[in-house]
Amino acid sequence: MPAIHVVKETSEPFQKDIQISLSGVRKYFGRSGFVALDGISIDIPKGEFFVIVGPSGCGKTTLLRILAGLELQSEGRVDISQFESSRPANSMIFQGDSLFPWMSVYDNAAYGLRMRHVDRAEIAETVRVWLERIGLWRFRDLYPHQLSGGMRQRVSIVRAFTNDPEILLMDEPFSALDEQNKVLLHEELLRIWEATKKTVVFITHSVEEAVTLGDRIMVMTATPGRAKAVIDVPLARPRSVLELRQNPVFGDLVVHIWEQLRDEVLRARQSENGRVS
Amino acid sequence: MNDASGAPHRLIGIATPLLLLLAWELAGDFSIIDVRFFPPPSRIAHQIGVLFASGELVSNTLASLRRLALGMLLGGVPALLLGLAMGISRPLRAAIDPLVSATYPIPKSAILPLVLLIFGLGEMSKVVMVALGAFYPILINTVLGVVNLDRIYLDVGHNFRAGKWQVFRTIALPGALPSIMAGVKLAAGMGLILIAISEMVAANDGIGFMIWNAWQVLTVDTMYVGLLLIAVLGFIFSVVLDEIERRLIPWKSNA
Repeated sequence: MPAIHVVKETSEPFQKDIQISLSGVRKYFGRSGFVALDGISIDIPKGEFFVIVGPSGCGKTTLLRILAGLELQSEGRVDISQFESSRPANSMIFQGDSLFPWMSVYDNAAYGLRMRHVDRAEIAETVRVWLERIGLWRFRDLYPHQLSGGMRQRVSIVRAFTNDPEILLMDEPFSALDEQNKVLLHEELLRIWEATKKTVVFITHSVEEAVTLGDRIMVMTATPGRAKAVIDVPLARPRSVLELRQNPVFGDLVVHIWEQLRDEVLRARQSENGRVS
Repeated sequence: MNDASGAPHRLIGIATPLLLLLAWELAGDFSIIDVRFFPPPSRIAHQIGVLFASGELVSNTLASLRRLALGMLLGGVPALLLGLAMGISRPLRAAIDPLVSATYPIPKSAILPLVLLIFGLGEMSKVVMVALGAFYPILINTVLGVVNLDRIYLDVGHNFRAGKWQVFRTIALPGALPSIMAGVKLAAGMGLILIAISEMVAANDGIGFMIWNAWQVLTVDTMYVGLLLIAVLGFIFSVVLDEIERRLIPWKSNA
């Protein structure tokens, strides 16, 4: 499958700044010694959209939580470079509903800035710009339970973007949405990401989603989680979600990654069956 | 329940007590019941007028309300703060949970003699009784509210680098608020029970005193007025607390 190994046609310098560097990261849990991650090593340059795909239970969420500082690796090194000390290192967009039900859309979107004690006028301006950009400004006074699932997820994207972190960590943010909403949100995410060029680590179990969004894709093995392959996505940017689908390179990549993934999904299923019987 | 079936149900809800009162009145008139023990509603209503005119009704009600309010604050505020702290801190929970479990089942009325011994016959003993009654339901519900908070909200807080105090103020407190309000409602009911009991034993005014005094001088009508008063207060509390809840927790209602 030669299409996959095409070097990206960009004019970026050869030696890019590394934002995230993992070497030999392992994570095991509790006394059982269950190994969730087994020696992950990868460098993620600044400004890259890095996607991790893997079967469920492969430890990809654990990896993201380690990057977010919500969990500590058991072994190995995690180096995260911060290029501007004035900005937060990372913000996470969680899987499922993570908006605070007791805060309005506006207050949810302003949360990160408030925690950093940014001054009021600046918060008001930033939140307004972002809510307008994603078409939710007129819903600013509503509470999350008054919004649809798609709108809620857009608010949580805004909550992360207003905080203006160097790194965005996204944990299957669209997995609960229907297909139409997902396509729209992919368009939206690509649009606002193009404008900011943040480093992104994006987790998904959807191969199409990975190819649509990512610069590079890491395929993980089933339990314990290891890096099975890292694949470049040679698709030009800015990308249009629908045009991508007609691109033969897109189809080839999806098939190629699926082949990598299929064995792992089968293995994950077998080990689940083994646990049941 | 939809509106079509709701309206007749509400009518039945109003009609039932009215019919019962009417039956009571008639049963008294025809000497089916002994009016010395069960004075008919008309006599109770008359007695309300008498007690209101003499000022007893108002002064006793105010005395009880004052003790209730002070007691709710004295018991509720520490319960709220301790409950939030216990909800957040696992070690603190481990340290205090057994104490709560051990002392909670003791009937508060059984502590009354001890409270009288310690705080004397003055206002403080009654306030402390109400405080004891308010403390437990608010504490227990606050801890539950924080502990049952979806972990994802705390993760969000940590990810956005919220400090301890910020987590407390922006996540633990509002997140536990529905449960805290449930505790406050229980506390108000408990407070009414305890204020009545402690005023019967050790007070010179208040609704409890009014009822007990009526027993001692055998003015049965006044006893009924006292009981009615407590029932009405309980009803008003629940209406007021529901309204407070609606304003404090706008994200809960789907209005």
